[in-house]
Amino acid sequence: MATTTIIKKHEPSIGKRLRRKEDPRLITGTATYVEDLQMPGMHYAMVVRSPHGAANIKSIDTSAAAAMPGVAAIFTGKDILHIAGVPCGASLPGLRVPDHKILAQDRVYFVGHPVAVVVATDKYVARDAADAIEVDYDVLQAVADPEKALAPGAPAVHPQWPDNTAFTFHQEGGDIEKAFKEADVIVKERIVSQRLIPSAMEPRGVVASWHAAEKSLTLYTSTQVPHLVRTLIAQMLGIDENRVRVVAPEVGGGFGSKLNVYAEEALMSFVSMKIGKPVKWIESRRENFLTTIHGRGHVDYYEVAAKKDGTILGIKVKLIQDLGSYHQLLTPAIPTLSVLMLPGLYRSKNMSADIIGVFTNCVPTDAYRGAGRPEATHGIERMVDILAAELKMDPAEIRLKNFIRNEEFPFPTATGLIYDTGDYAAPLRKALETVNYTELRKEQAEARKQGRLMGIGICTYGEICAMGPSPATPAGGWESATVKIEPSGKVTVMTGVSPHGQGEETTFSQIAADALGIDVEDILVQHGDTAIVQYGIGTFGSRATAVGGAALHFALQEIITKIKKFGAMLLETEDITYSDGQCTCNKTGKSISIKEIAGAAYRAMKLPANTEPGLVATYFWEPPNFTFPFGAHIMVSEVEKETGNISIKRYVAIDDCGNVLNPLIVDGQVHGGVAQGLGQALWEQAVYDDNGQLVTGEFTDYTMPRAHMMPWIESGHTVTPTPVNPLGVKGVGEAGTIGASPAAVNSVVDALSPLGVRHIDMPMTPEKIWKLVNGRNA
Amino acid sequence: MTQSVTITVNGITETHEVEPRLLLIHYIRDVRGLTGPHIGCETSLCGACTMEVNGKAVKSCSLFTVQADGASITTIEGLAIDGKLHKMQEAFWNEHGAQCGFCTPGMIMTTKQLLDRNPNPTETDIRHGIEGNLCRCTGYQHIVKAVQAAAAVKA
Amino acid sequence: MIPHQFDYAAPKSLDEALKAIADGAKPLSGGMSLVPMMKLRLAAPDRVVDLARLKELSYVREEGSALHVGATTIHYDVESSAAVKSKCPLLAETAGFIGDVQIRNMGTMGGSVAHNDPSADYPAALQALEAKIVLKGANGERTVSAADFFVDTFTTSLEEGEIVREVVVPVEAAGTGTSYAKVLQPASGFAIVGIAVRVRKSGGKISMARIGVTGLANCSYRATAAEKALEGTAGSDADIQAAAALVAQGADANSDLHASAEYRTHLAKVHAGRAIKAALGKTA
Repeated sequence: MATTTIIKKHEPSIGKRLRRKEDPRLITGTATYVEDLQMPGMHYAMVVRSPHGAANIKSIDTSAAAAMPGVAAIFTGKDILHIAGVPCGASLPGLRVPDHKILAQDRVYFVGHPVAVVVATDKYVARDAADAIEVDYDVLQAVADPEKALAPGAPAVHPQWPDNTAFTFHQEGGDIEKAFKEADVIVKERIVSQRLIPSAMEPRGVVASWHAAEKSLTLYTSTQVPHLVRTLIAQMLGIDENRVRVVAPEVGGGFGSKLNVYAEEALMSFVSMKIGKPVKWIESRRENFLTTIHGRGHVDYYEVAAKKDGTILGIKVKLIQDLGSYHQLLTPAIPTLSVLMLPGLYRSKNMSADIIGVFTNCVPTDAYRGAGRPEATHGIERMVDILAAELKMDPAEIRLKNFIRNEEFPFPTATGLIYDTGDYAAPLRKALETVNYTELRKEQAEARKQGRLMGIGICTYGEICAMGPSPATPAGGWESATVKIEPSGKVTVMTGVSPHGQGEETTFSQIAADALGIDVEDILVQHGDTAIVQYGIGTFGSRATAVGGAALHFALQEIITKIKKFGAMLLETEDITYSDGQCTCNKTGKSISIKEIAGAAYRAMKLPANTEPGLVATYFWEPPNFTFPFGAHIMVSEVEKETGNISIKRYVAIDDCGNVLNPLIVDGQVHGGVAQGLGQALWEQAVYDDNGQLVTGEFTDYTMPRAHMMPWIESGHTVTPTPVNPLGVKGVGEAGTIGASPAAVNSVVDALSPLGVRHIDMPMTPEKIWKLVNGRNA
Repeated sequence: MTQSVTITVNGITETHEVEPRLLLIHYIRDVRGLTGPHIGCETSLCGACTMEVNGKAVKSCSLFTVQADGASITTIEGLAIDGKLHKMQEAFWNEHGAQCGFCTPGMIMTTKQLLDRNPNPTETDIRHGIEGNLCRCTGYQHIVKAVQAAAAVKA
Repeated sequence: MIPHQFDYAAPKSLDEALKAIADGAKPLSGGMSLVPMMKLRLAAPDRVVDLARLKELSYVREEGSALHVGATTIHYDVESSAAVKSKCPLLAETAGFIGDVQIRNMGTMGGSVAHNDPSADYPAALQALEAKIVLKGANGERTVSAADFFVDTFTTSLEEGEIVREVVVPVEAAGTGTSYAKVLQPASGFAIVGIAVRVRKSGGKISMARIGVTGLANCSYRATAAEKALEGTAGSDADIQAAAALVAQGADANSDLHASAEYRTHLAKVHAGRAIKAALGKTA
C-alpha cells in the first residue's frame, strides 16, 4: 500500500538568482582540470616547435635528446604519416585545403608549428630534452598580413597554389544594383576587426591513455566538444569510435578556442599508443598564444547606400578574412556567419558580400566569442554611425527608423535567415532612458563648449545563436539530454552540452527541478564524458540552454508522462495530477511521491500497459531555427586630449536574451562578454611582424582586461521570448561581446567628431587617439 | 643534485628531496598533491598560482621550492576550517565570483589578503588590489561584489 | 616555464654569501626579476645564493637625517612603513606602484635596484632623492650615488662579487612636496614613463627641485635641465609647463609596441608637469 511521503514543498527556481552548484568545488580548489590528473606510469610530453614563420626543414637531430636519462621517446613528422590530418569540418565551394599533418613534414608554415615531440618520465626532463633537439631550417620569407598576402608578388604561404587565396565566396540578396542607383548618399569605410588571442585562463592540455589489451583510448582533453573530438580523433587515428572515450574534465574557459580538434589531441594519443603509458601534455601560455586558434582577423570594406532621410537601401561588403596557415575545425566558415548577419537589425533586403579567405603564415583563426558576429555587428554599427554623421541625424533616431518593425516577425532577412522575434526599439529606448539621453547630449554640448571631448556611443546589435538547425551546421546542430530517475527517486541529467563556466549544472537543475517539482539539490547534472553521456554536440554558439535546455525539456516531458502512467496505476485511477513531486488522486487527495513511483518502476511488480520498467528518458532535439537575441549598449566616454587616454564614464547594457532562467548567471555572461568586447575595442591585438613572429607573445605584451580597467556595467534586460524552443530562451553567452566593441568605438568617434574624426580602428590605444586628437594619422 | 626541504602546507609538515629548480607551484601541485593553485602563464602576470607563504600572498610560480624551506604555506585548500568556508569563499559563491573556476583559487587568496590588510576597501581599492590576477570569464564585477560582501561580514 | 638546473645555497651570514658571490654565484633576493628570467631560460646561473634569508638585510632604519633601507626589504614593507611614509614619502609612494600586490610581497629594494630594468619604478625615485647605494663585496664596502650607480639597461656600477647592501635616502626636510607619476604599460605593468619629483619652496620661490625619470630611455636619469628651469621660479602653471617641456632633454627615447619614442617623450612631459604640480601642492 503506498504511503504518503511528502518531499520538500517545491518552490519554483526558474528566474531566481540561485547560487551555482558548480561553485563548492571551484572555491575550495578541489575541481579537477586536465593538468591535475595523475596516473600510474604517466609520462610527460613537450612539443618542439618552429621558430620561423616559413622555412624548409633540412634535418632534425634527436640523438642528444634521446640519450638523456628519463627520455622515453621522440617522434617527428616521419612517424605520424599514417595519421590523418587535422580535420576541417567546414566545406565551401572551391576551398583550397592544405594537408594538415599533426607534425610538420618538410616545411613549417607558422611560428609554433609542431615539429617534434619528446616524451620523458618527468616534465623537467622533457623540457631539457626539447632544448637538445636540433632542427636545421632553411628560412623562407613569410607573410603575416592578409592584404600583403593578397598583393601580387607576395610570398606563397602554400606554394602548391598560385596565390594565397584559399577561397572566395559571394552572396547576394534583393537588388543591390538598384539600391545603390537610387541612393541619395553612399558611405564607405575600411573597418578592421583585428586578430585576437582568446586567452582562456586554462591553457590547452591533454592526458592520453591507450589501453593496448582493449585497443581502446581514453583521452582527457580541455575541450568544449568531447563527442566531436571523439569521432574525429577516432577517425584520424583509425581506432574504432566506440573504443574511444573522451573526457572533458573541469575546463578553465574556452570562448570558442576549445571548440576544435587540435594536432596535440591526436599526437598525444599516438604517443601513448607507442610508449604504452599514459602521457600528459599541457601547453605553456606562449604555446597557447602561438598555437591555439586566434579570433577575428577581418579587413572589411563596407559600402552603405541610403536615402537622405536615413533609410538604408543596401549594404555591400568586401570581407578579407585572415585564415592563417591552415584550416582548423571551422576556420573558413566563420566569415560566412558575418555575411549572414550583415544587415544587423535593419530592414533593408538588399545586400552583397564577397569574402576572400587568405592564407597567412600565422596560426589559424577560428571561432572566438561571437565567431563572425562581432565583426558583422561592428561593421554595420560603425556604418550606421558614419551614415548618421553624414546625414547629421541622431544615431538613435537613424536606428529606430531602420529597425525591423515588431509586426514584421518572423522576418526573412536579406541573407536568407528568418529572425524569430524581436522588439528592437525596446532595449534601445530602455538604454536611452537609463542614461537620460537627452540630458546627456546637453551635457555633451556643454562639455564641447569647454573644449572637452565627451562621447556617447550606441550599439544596437542582433545576433544569431543557439547553433542550430543541422542542415546549416557542419556536424549536426541538435542537442541531447537523458533524464534518469534512480530507484531512490534521485534524478540524474546527462546533457550533451559541455559547460566550462556557463553554469548549466545549475540552470539545468532548475529546469528539471521545476518540471519535476522537486528540489534543485536532488538533481545531478553530468556532462563532458563520452562514456557516461549520450552523443552531444557541445557548448559553443550560445546554444547550451537554448538547444541543450530544450532537449532537456522534452526528455523531462517524456519522463513525466511515464511518471504519470505509474502514478495512475498505483493510485488506481486516471484522474490524477502531477505536481510538486507527487502524483495526487484528484478525488481523494491520496498521493504518492516520485520516490515511491521510481521504486515501483524499477521493482516492476506491476507495470502499466505498454510500459517498460525503469524511469529513463532520452531526447535528441533538432531546433527548427537559430535564435536571434538583440540588445542595445551605450558607452559614455571622455578622451583626455593631453594623453589620448579614454575614460569610460558609463556603460549600460540592455540585452534581450528571451526568458532569463537564472539572472545571476546571465549577468555574469554579460559582464564577461562585455569585458572581451571592450578588450577588442581598447586593449587587445595579436601582432605578427613581417617575418611571422608573434610580437605579442605573452601577457607581458598582450594587454588583457584587468579589474582596474573595467567600468561598472549597468546591466538590464527586455524579455522577448523566442518561439523556437519551449523555454523561450535565446542564448546570451556571446551577446555582451557583440554589443561592446561597436558601443566603445562609436563612443570615442563621437567624442572626437568635432575634430573631424570619422572612424578609428581597434584597439583604440591612447597613442592612436592622441595622434588623432593632434590631427595626425594614427 | 637534490636538497631536503621541510615545508608546512595547510598545517601539515613534510620533508622532501627536491631539485633547487623545482618551482614552488610544481612542488605544491605535484609533490604535495594540492592542485587548487593553477598555472596560467610563465611571466608572473596571471596570478592563478597565488598562495600565502609565511602570511604573504605570493605568486608561487616565481619562487623556487628551496626558497620556501621552513615556510608555512596556505593554499586555497587550507582556507576552509573543518568544512566551514572562509567568508571570502562564501562570498564568491553567493555573488557568482567564479565561472570556469581556473583563476578562482588564486583570486580568493589575493582577495583574502586584501581584506586582511584593508578591512574596508573602496571599489577602487578592490580593483587595484587584484591587479595581479587575471580573469577572462567574469569581467571582474561579481568578484568586486564578492569582496564587498565579505567585507560586510562581521568577523 | 622550467629553468635550467642550478645549485642553491642559503648561507647563514652575509660574509658567507659574499664569498660565494665572489666565486661566481648569482645573488637571489626576492626573485621577482631573476626567477622569471630563469624560467624563460634567458638567465642560467650555475649557482644561486639566497640573500632573502639574511634577516639582517631587511630593515628600515632612521639614522640622523637619512633612512637606511636594507637590500632584502620587500616593496610592501617600504610602501607600508610608517617611517618611510612620513620621512620619505616619495619612496613609499613609488614602492606602491611596483608590479602588483603579490610582486610587492616578494620583490626587494636591493634586487630591483641591482637589476636596473629601464622600466622599473625605484630608479626614478632614487635619482630624484639623490640616494646613496651602498655596495658590499668580499673585500669591503663602498658607497655610490644613484646617478653613478644606474649606468645602462640592466647595467649598474656593481663590480663582480658585489651586491647592493643598502639604499640610503634622505629624511625629507619639512615642507618638501613629492610625487611619483607613472604611465603603466597596460600589459606588463612596467613604466612606459615614470616621473618622480621633489620640490621645496622658500620665500615663495622653488628653492629645490629634483626630477627622476624612468621608462623613457635606456636607463633612469635626473632631468637636470627641467630642475634648473623650475628652481627660482614661483611654480606657476607656466613655470611648470616650461620646466616639464625640458624633462626629456638629452634622452634618447625608447620605442616599442606600446609607445613610440615620440609619444613616450610627450607623456614624459605631460606627467612631469602633473607630478611637479602635485608635488608643489604638498609643499608647506
